[in-house]
Amino acid sequence: MTGQENNQDAAMDITGLKFDLDEISVRDLNGFLHRELPEQIEGQESEKAWVEILNPRGRHSIAAGLDCPVTVEVQGHAGYFVAGMNKRAHVNVHGNVGWSVAENIMSGSVRVKGHASESAAASGQGGLVVIEGDASSRCAISLKGSQVVVAGSVGHFSAFMAQAGTLLVCGDAGANLGDSLYEAVIYVGGSIDSLGADAREEAMEASDVETVQELLSLAGLDGDPTSFRRVASARTLYHWNSEAQQEY
Amino acid sequence: MIGGEIVVQRIVCGKSTAMCGIVGLLLKRPSGCESLGRLMTPMLDCMGDRGPDSAGVAVFTDPVAEPLRRFSLYWPGVAPDWDRFRDAVQGVGHGTADLDPVADNAVLTMNVETETLVSWLEEAFPGIHLLSVGRSLRLFKDEGHPREIAARYELDAMSGTHAVGHTRMATESRVSPAHAHPFTAGEDFCLVHNGSLSNPNSVRRQLQRRGIVFQTDNDTEAGCRFLEWRMREGDSLEEALAASFDVLDGFFTFLMATSEKLVLVRDAFACKPAVVAETDEYVAVGSEFRSLAHLPGVHSADVFEPVPEQIYSWSTLVAAVTE
Repeated sequence: MTGQENNQDAAMDITGLKFDLDEISVRDLNGFLHRELPEQIEGQESEKAWVEILNPRGRHSIAAGLDCPVTVEVQGHAGYFVAGMNKRAHVNVHGNVGWSVAENIMSGSVRVKGHASESAAASGQGGLVVIEGDASSRCAISLKGSQVVVAGSVGHFSAFMAQAGTLLVCGDAGANLGDSLYEAVIYVGGSIDSLGADAREEAMEASDVETVQELLSLAGLDGDPTSFRRVASARTLYHWNSEAQQEY
Repeated sequence: MIGGEIVVQRIVCGKSTAMCGIVGLLLKRPSGCESLGRLMTPMLDCMGDRGPDSAGVAVFTDPVAEPLRRFSLYWPGVAPDWDRFRDAVQGVGHGTADLDPVADNAVLTMNVETETLVSWLEEAFPGIHLLSVGRSLRLFKDEGHPREIAARYELDAMSGTHAVGHTRMATESRVSPAHAHPFTAGEDFCLVHNGSLSNPNSVRRQLQRRGIVFQTDNDTEAGCRFLEWRMREGDSLEEALAASFDVLDGFFTFLMATSEKLVLVRDAFACKPAVVAETDEYVAVGSEFRSLAHLPGVHSADVFEPVPEQIYSWSTLVAAVTE
């Protein structure tokens, strides 16, 4: 799906478009990805649409707001909000990313080959986000349904107020993991610096091992799913408890 | 009194949510020092997006011999008559005074006590502001877009061992050259700050009780003078920073320089960004990676994000010579 070899199809030039951000602006690139590209893909074997972005040089908002079945390869480090609000597209970044990669992702997938800065996959509602390196603080904050897999470690306050979805961390988790969690579930392979308010460690059931195995496979990672720990909400913050006298 | 002033304040605050930019560059090889300004200029220009209202840069070069000092002077608002100043300043200290003017800035090199020079300036040239004192440090800062300021003071042509710069989007105090960063205190020490402190007034009052004089109501100046006071009391910069975690309340990424060190730290919550790129040739710091993207070899550099409350310190070429 990510190669140029599929241009035997007569799908015009959408199987290997290259954009050099030293030559066109991010605004023009995104304009094409939002308007012209979906029109060209319409009615074609859409999985073959493939776009390569050169010289990102840490610029912001690259390939944000996509809503069509295209694969986008970003060749280098990207800035803030890369692949933000992603729907149906598959965006691969061959480098590090700044704050808020895949923020509010709806579906499709976003894969970062390097490290991610703060708030990766924040508010994500669906789809898959894979960080092959480390993610910084507030990873998967306010998660609403996406599956987020971090091969490395995550920083402090990750999965803060996460409502639905799954965060899988193969490495270590920073302080206050899962503070004020709702129904999202966190799996951690390494150490946990500390749990946030109302987050607790729970026993790994057979279904948890299955989920971890499935996520590792989806992300293309190796690992022993039984070695992970499960963190979920103790649900003591759900309702006002007058007897607690505000001491939670 | 009420109407216009408050509206302006609100607009300024509304724009300010995540802003101000910091940049820093430390060169590891003497052969690279000629290109310091050339590499720093696009870093500062790029971060103009984060802070378009004022900017400044502190450049450290080989120190002048004792007992000489470098004084960075700023003479705004008039066509500065540096020739008249050069003639007048001779005899204020000991020996001859050397003056290197660029636009409304000049670097004065002479053997004179800072207090003596300041009193004389107040008397003879009240329009001239003293921006920095030290053996290595020279500094410029002003209102306007960082690109214009870098061009005005010819940053491009400056050489040196290391430099720190700042692009400001004002939040808690007004836009003026004095409120622009870097801030300095004492000799050969400067600090740039992305963030805001919430208790600068109490820190300032505590320091004022100890006789420390402030030039502005700016929060960063309070942080800068706190750290310099701790160092005068015998702390290393790292020890002063560790002490600051208990004293300074608020958000900060601080980037600081002395003649011997470049030091970076983020507060416990790390809401303000920073990225470091290190190679065999340099250590570069920026608020965002894109400000470093033009640096030679940056794509194979060790690029990382500093973790909260960890103090990162790099020795300069000057320190290597001293050792």
